[in-house]
Amino acid sequence: MDVILVGLNHKTAPVRLRECLAFGADDAGRAVAALSSTPPLSEALLLSTCNRVEVTAVTEDPAAGLAAVKEFLAREKNLALSDFDHALYAHAGDDAVRHLFRVAASLDSMVVGEPQILGQIKESYRLAAREKASGVILNRLFHRSFSVAKRVRKETGIGDRAVSVSYAAVELAKKIFGDLAGNRALLIGAGEMAELAVEHLLRNRISGVTVANRTLARAMALADRFGGEAVRFDEIADALSRSDVIISSTGAPGLVLEKSQVKAVMRARKNRPLFFIDIAVPRDIDPEINRLDNCYVYDMDDLATVVERNRDERMKEAHRAGRIVDEGVLRFREWLSGLDVVPTIKALRDKLEAIRVAEMKRTMPGLAHLSEADLAALDRMTQTMMNKALHDPIQFLKQEGGHRGTRKREALNETRQMFNLDGNGENGE
Amino acid sequence: MDWLLKLSFLGYLAGSAGFAAYFATNRQAVFRAGQGLFGAGAALHTAFVLWAWAGAGYPPVNGLKETLFFAAWAMALAFELVDLRYGLRVLGVVAGPAVIALMAAGFLVPGTAPADPQLLGGVWMLTHVMSLFFGYAALFLAAGAGALYLLQERSIKRKSHGFFFRRLPSLDNLDRMNHGCLAVGFTLLTLGLITGAVYAQAVWVRWWSWDPKEVWSAITWLTYAALLHERLAVGWRGRRAAVLSILGLVLILFTFLGVNLLLEGHHGPFTRI
Repeated sequence: MDVILVGLNHKTAPVRLRECLAFGADDAGRAVAALSSTPPLSEALLLSTCNRVEVTAVTEDPAAGLAAVKEFLAREKNLALSDFDHALYAHAGDDAVRHLFRVAASLDSMVVGEPQILGQIKESYRLAAREKASGVILNRLFHRSFSVAKRVRKETGIGDRAVSVSYAAVELAKKIFGDLAGNRALLIGAGEMAELAVEHLLRNRISGVTVANRTLARAMALADRFGGEAVRFDEIADALSRSDVIISSTGAPGLVLEKSQVKAVMRARKNRPLFFIDIAVPRDIDPEINRLDNCYVYDMDDLATVVERNRDERMKEAHRAGRIVDEGVLRFREWLSGLDVVPTIKALRDKLEAIRVAEMKRTMPGLAHLSEADLAALDRMTQTMMNKALHDPIQFLKQEGGHRGTRKREALNETRQMFNLDGNGENGE
Repeated sequence: MDWLLKLSFLGYLAGSAGFAAYFATNRQAVFRAGQGLFGAGAALHTAFVLWAWAGAGYPPVNGLKETLFFAAWAMALAFELVDLRYGLRVLGVVAGPAVIALMAAGFLVPGTAPADPQLLGGVWMLTHVMSLFFGYAALFLAAGAGALYLLQERSIKRKSHGFFFRRLPSLDNLDRMNHGCLAVGFTLLTLGLITGAVYAQAVWVRWWSWDPKEVWSAITWLTYAALLHERLAVGWRGRRAAVLSILGLVLILFTFLGVNLLLEGHHGPFTRI
């Protein structure tokens, strides 16, 4: 039996196709239950997000299993397989496991390192578990994927750096002002990115927002939205003395703030720092202001450079994360290959034999008065005891092992857990 | 009891290695290990100082060797206090090496015969010595925070978000710590100078004798007074405050060591090699 994975994502399929194959929250439960009872599949899980649709399943016959999943998708979505087959990737065995671990660790995301994907996978897993579509193998596989993702997040800097302009601006503001509580923002003009930056600042506990706009009505509407105050455009200099982070995004052809204006304000501010984020093109803020003490000016290009560099860093971290994923794949493979009748019986025998030998060794020194022959008889006696004790469990495993599918794996898994055959820490799931 | 001193030196070394490793790797656990080891070193050193103090009846600041050890102890304690107050972890990479350098210098410098206990006894002398050593340590940490501020400001102004940008705390945090250490350090410095004058009046029957140490101390005090005044009145913060607190440290180093080693004066006996 093996793990297989079929799916498409933002790299292989355009959004037009992805939305055709996406499953809503209502469909997903029914679909995953149906999938898991589609032969030759014995377990299944369906992950559907805006960037990917993926089916992970367990089957005795990978080739037939992959075909079954593809047919299922076509049937379910009323599409001809030929319409979307080219966008599908199909993995079996270690490749499927590796792909899943990479997705969970956010290495396959559109924005590498974004944290939402893990929550989405957990949600899909919960659904599959509720529908009893996942069994011994997928339970193990997905719990492993959660711990791999956790390790990647903890041991690499994959999620550390801001990779959007507005986040980068907030990160910078924090490096200047520390905790943003007690600082105020001033938004000059309007625009999607500028408003996003203000929202991020508010979420990071900035204490208030002032909005300045050429049209006062617009300013008041924005101020309303952010719970701040509106000022007229010619009151900007005054607002500067009360603000700390200035986000400027006007369509003005020339400069909105000049060096001399800011220099005058600095005296009144007792040199408390000012951070200018100039998102406008052409620029609103005189770049010379950056030369003033305690003034920092970042324009669109500066922020884009920061984001670019952070993306590169994330890629480097993703490379390191690849090693953690490989380790996870290896460990899962070891567990899976142990989950069969012969290795389980062998592991069971080895475990009891080890106990027997260890106990014999401990007892021998106290039995110095016994002859060679007596000791040999004692040794034989313990062997026989062990074999007799093992006879029924082994018969049970062989019988159950004759079944195919879930019942067999459950019996094997329970035996392995009961006798702790996978070593400590491997059974907590 | 020399072993106690050596053991604390080992604690400082291991702790500082931990701080450096934390700076390189950014891992919390590494910092905590360093913090524990450094703290253990400081605790052992405190035990040593108390033991020496109890034995002699006056603080162990007799001769350059003891003075260096004492300064290292003051620095280590000051760092522990600042760490408690501000939780500024990166400061370990500044304070740790300073403590180690002072300790190492202490081990290298030969010891001296005990001075006249009459000279070192008394409450004025005690206050003079304690407030100056802890004042110097605080002002050193102010300069350290200033230096880190300059590094961080540079990376923000130049938009080169490299090694230091990620590891150093915010400008606001560094500036506040610079301010706090300056205020405490200046207060102690003032107290130290006043008690020194009172002591001089008691021993030499003169408040002020234009001794080189006195003159340089006055210059140092004026520099810090100017800096603190500008900070409070005009709002000198950030870069200028950082630069001036580093300049102040240079003056302290000269007053503390340079004057004793290069110029003559009545502090000679206490820092004699």
